Amino acid sequence: MENLIALLVAAPLLGAAVLLCGGRRLDRAGHWVGTLLAAASFVIGVVLFLDMLGKGAEDRALHQKLFSWIPVEGFQADVAFQLDQLSMTFVLLITGVGTLIHIYSIGYMAHDERRRRFFGYLNLFLAAMLILVIADNYLLLYVGWEGVGLASYLLIGFWQHKPSAATAAKKAFLVNRVGDMGLSIAIMLMFTTFGTFAFGPVLGATGQTSEGKLTAIGLMLLLAACGKSAQVPLQSWLGDAMEGPTPVSALIHAATMVTAGVYLIVRSGAIFNAAPDAQLAVVVVGAVTLLFGAIVGCAKDDIKKALAGSTMSQIGYMILAAGLGPIGYVFAIMHLVTHGFFKAGLFLGAGSVMHGMNDEVDMRKFGGLRTYMPVTFITFGLGYLAIIGFPGLSGFFSKDKIIEAAFAKGGAEGWILGSVALLGAAITAFYMTRVMLLTFFGEKRWQPDAQGNEPHPHESPKSMTIPMIILAFGSVFAGGLFSIGDRFLNWLEPVTGHSHGHAPVSAATVTAATMVVLVIGVAIAWAMYGRKPVPVVAPRGSLLTRAARRDLLQDDFNHVVLVRGGEHLTRSLVYVDHTLVDGVVNGTAASMGGLSGRLRKLQNGYARSYAVSMFGGTAVVIAATLLMRAV
Amino acid sequence: MSATAVHSLWTMAGGVTSAAPAEKFKAPVIEYAQLTPVLIVIGVAVVGVLVEAFVPRRARYYTQVFLTVVALAAAFAAVIGLAAGGYGTTKAHIAAMGAIAIDGPTLFLQGTILLTSLVAVFTFAERRLDPAAHGNHVDSFAAQAASVPGSDSEKAAVRAGFTTTEVFPLVLFSVAGMLVFPAANDLLTLFVALEVFSLPLYLLCAVARRKRLMSQEAAVKYFLLGAFSSAFLLFGIALLYGYAGSVSYATIANVVDGSVTRIDPALADTMGNDALLLIGGAMILTGLLFKVGAVPFHMWTPDVYQGAPTPVTGFMAAATKVAAFGALLRLLYVVLPGLAWDWRPVMWAVAIVTMLGGAIVAITQTDIKRLLAYSSIAHAGFILAGVIATTPDGISSVLFYLGAYSFVTVGAFAVVTLVRDAGGEATHLSKWAGLGRRSPLVAAVFAVFLLAFAGIPLTSGFSGKFAVFKAAADGGAGGLVVVGVISSAIAAFFYIRVIVLMFFSEPKADGPTVAVPSPLTMTTIGVGVAVTLVLGLAPQYFLDLASQAGVFVR
Repeated sequence: MENLIALLVAAPLLGAAVLLCGGRRLDRAGHWVGTLLAAASFVIGVVLFLDMLGKGAEDRALHQKLFSWIPVEGFQADVAFQLDQLSMTFVLLITGVGTLIHIYSIGYMAHDERRRRFFGYLNLFLAAMLILVIADNYLLLYVGWEGVGLASYLLIGFWQHKPSAATAAKKAFLVNRVGDMGLSIAIMLMFTTFGTFAFGPVLGATGQTSEGKLTAIGLMLLLAACGKSAQVPLQSWLGDAMEGPTPVSALIHAATMVTAGVYLIVRSGAIFNAAPDAQLAVVVVGAVTLLFGAIVGCAKDDIKKALAGSTMSQIGYMILAAGLGPIGYVFAIMHLVTHGFFKAGLFLGAGSVMHGMNDEVDMRKFGGLRTYMPVTFITFGLGYLAIIGFPGLSGFFSKDKIIEAAFAKGGAEGWILGSVALLGAAITAFYMTRVMLLTFFGEKRWQPDAQGNEPHPHESPKSMTIPMIILAFGSVFAGGLFSIGDRFLNWLEPVTGHSHGHAPVSAATVTAATMVVLVIGVAIAWAMYGRKPVPVVAPRGSLLTRAARRDLLQDDFNHVVLVRGGEHLTRSLVYVDHTLVDGVVNGTAASMGGLSGRLRKLQNGYARSYAVSMFGGTAVVIAATLLMRAV
Repeated sequence: MSATAVHSLWTMAGGVTSAAPAEKFKAPVIEYAQLTPVLIVIGVAVVGVLVEAFVPRRARYYTQVFLTVVALAAAFAAVIGLAAGGYGTTKAHIAAMGAIAIDGPTLFLQGTILLTSLVAVFTFAERRLDPAAHGNHVDSFAAQAASVPGSDSEKAAVRAGFTTTEVFPLVLFSVAGMLVFPAANDLLTLFVALEVFSLPLYLLCAVARRKRLMSQEAAVKYFLLGAFSSAFLLFGIALLYGYAGSVSYATIANVVDGSVTRIDPALADTMGNDALLLIGGAMILTGLLFKVGAVPFHMWTPDVYQGAPTPVTGFMAAATKVAAFGALLRLLYVVLPGLAWDWRPVMWAVAIVTMLGGAIVAITQTDIKRLLAYSSIAHAGFILAGVIATTPDGISSVLFYLGAYSFVTVGAFAVVTLVRDAGGEATHLSKWAGLGRRSPLVAAVFAVFLLAFAGIPLTSGFSGKFAVFKAAADGGAGGLVVVGVISSAIAAFFYIRVIVLMFFSEPKADGPTVAVPSPLTMTTIGVGVAVTLVLGLAPQYFLDLASQAGVFVR
């Protein structure tokens, strides 16, 4: 069984190689190759999963060493994979949702002449993401981490002819570099602290290590997670990343890659458990981002950017849960999986709407689409109910658990975190209802565009609707399947550990409170967008609305603080370089040149002066030799 | 460690030790078989003189080229045969009544000299670069060396299609001298060998076809200064004889060590006088430093390199340096190791001024041949750093460096012969601007040689420089290595400047053309590039070879 693990990665990697190197010959069949190899990886994942289910909880983890990567004295790095319950969960999510989105893309990208390349990048992404989650050491994880960053960059900028897409790709790459630096520094710290990168020895040795070092490693890991998972303060790239094709937004920027930060923190749980300060930083980041993303999501009229804000907010929930320690690890992952279903479904629905509306993204120009796109409406609606936490659907179970866990943290911290999580649930209900109402209800508000083409909303082809339907099933049933009988808890507990904490209020109270804020959120949205007609041009709005439309001034902040500051720093460095460094260098060169010119004059062409030089030289040599003996 | 013990690191007892004064006359024993490389070359050189006298003028060129190539190849084969027979290692000994040492360094250097000369002779024989004069192919040499430049007799000689085929026997005589020079095991043989290889070189410098006045000026300067340095050498020999009562290396070394104290009654006043030893040793060193072109005995180098016909320059720059450094090594390691504390500081100073002086003055040169001359001075400094190491590694690294350097030099000068305009070779650097645009291959080859001179990795220059600097650092001459690296950085400037000039400047409208050479010059350049790259990419075999060969017989 171990030997199958490498095949998980090999299949999409082969696909990427074939599709990207194969050339135009593969244009007609390329998307099928990519989809089949993604599906093959999923099938292997399922086989491994069934095998794992058949074993006892303690011997489920599989290990496969492919080869010694960097075998140097005192520095051993292997290409080795480890498949335990945590990795298995991710493998199924990545390959499952990945395969569905491959299928969806066949229809969505049908008219794009670079479709083969698109599928090549998607396969490359799958391979990198799988390496990330099944690596058995941090160094190989870093390979996957950079690999998904590359795939993300390539896919955000896939429509590189649009300057906005090219800029967005660059922005995502740059912001991610900051996080990647965090991860690389964390890995270096690990090496100096533990002398190895492998999960087992590193995480097993946290007991014998000083808390200061662990805190430093933990904070660097958190920085990495912030970059990849778009958490405050490295959140600014995710909204712009929506410039990529919608399947990319669904797969990479909603369901899988952006959750890599959560994986990293949960995987490194032992480090955070032993470093309470780092853990506190994690919950702060999670709580702040949770509200940040939700507020941004309320103000956006671009359907994909509204969903992006929501993604940020939901990942904030996961990071919050992961920061709670053993109380929250399992629920972070559970929310991650259910979120993977419903958010991917919502994005695919958004893509389906855009597909029918000439790629329009402004929700103020939608309206009343439920009759034109019934399948999209129903699947999107189920995803909507799941994300706001409608009782019985996936989001209800997973989000509720996180809110409970936040309260269970105990003390003032627990109350603050629990309240923030509850507030976030209310805002979630508000902005998702707003999206739903603006898109599918009310009057139709679309108009002919500048060229006079009026959109003709229509249902999308089967290749697009079927993945949406399957994901809708996941949105509805996954939460119940996981939670009833604590199946998911029992599955993951051997890896992540679990504790119940000290809940100050009963679970039923929390659930009731969640229901109340849910209703309030939906009601406000209905009052604002359901009862009265929606203006096609957005009203000026309050100060907060305007700030939220500008992503709560994140870019302005970055520009003033980082860009301007960076420019000043660069300019002063350039000045120093030009005057001081160049001065020394050029001065040396000039003085050498001058010396050369002067020495050259000694070579005057007269044999007599050459002879004098020889004579003098001999005299000096003899004198020096005698002098050496004398002293 | 005593002087004798240090000495034993790189020398071993030979078969024949110092010639004790014979009680009665004995017939000299000459091991002819072991001298075959020298004998072949000198024999064919004599035949070459006869060819000039008896073979019809039209057939002389082909006859001479054939004889020269065969002689050099056969001599090289003989060297290989001797090395295979163990004369470089286990059977190393002193031959010819103590006059010649047959050992590893001798064979290694003789092999290097012969191969370099063989490759260089191809450029002597090149006849396709200049346009034919009056229907006759012409080479780089004057039609009739004795005719006054620009005179009617010269014009008549050109019209008649004369060529100076004497250059081939002259080269062979010179090579014969060079073969003996590093093998010489007594001071008189050393001096005779020096004159045997120098005199033909003076002549060869004077016979350029183009720019004959400059060529003759160079020859006269070379001769005058060479004679001056020979005088120093000879005087030094006399003083050392006065000190040791013998010209044999082994005897002098023993007297220096103090292991021989017997005083020759005829020299009772001078023997054992350290002043004689120090002054004599310094003067002999001076003579050898002149030949390797070390500062301040270098001043002939730029003028002679520039004035001599370029094929001669290439030959001289490569082969002379090998021979002279071989003799210098033997002198310092076999004769004067007991004086190491005296000569090392002086040699330090010479090496430093040589490295820096060569590199710095080269910066402002505008003529490619002069540039390469100063480059050769700087390289002499680098090699001196290896010589000063006074360790077994020092010997082997110098041997390797000489092998690597000589092929780069011959190749580089061969490329210089190709770049021509109406006045012959276009050696002014401004004319090389944009060469890479018009003749990318030739420019690329020259760039390879320049990078090797600069010591860039993957070329033989790097392997060699690394070897000598490492030996010097291990031998306690770390300061020299620092100066060496600084000089290399300065030197890199002017090498790279030529590359920049060739590839990144606009070609001039009236720029030179690159002549298409015959397979002869192509072979020279091809071998040069091949050796440069092989020694750069896979130097280990040759480093091992040099290391095996790095033991002097005593």
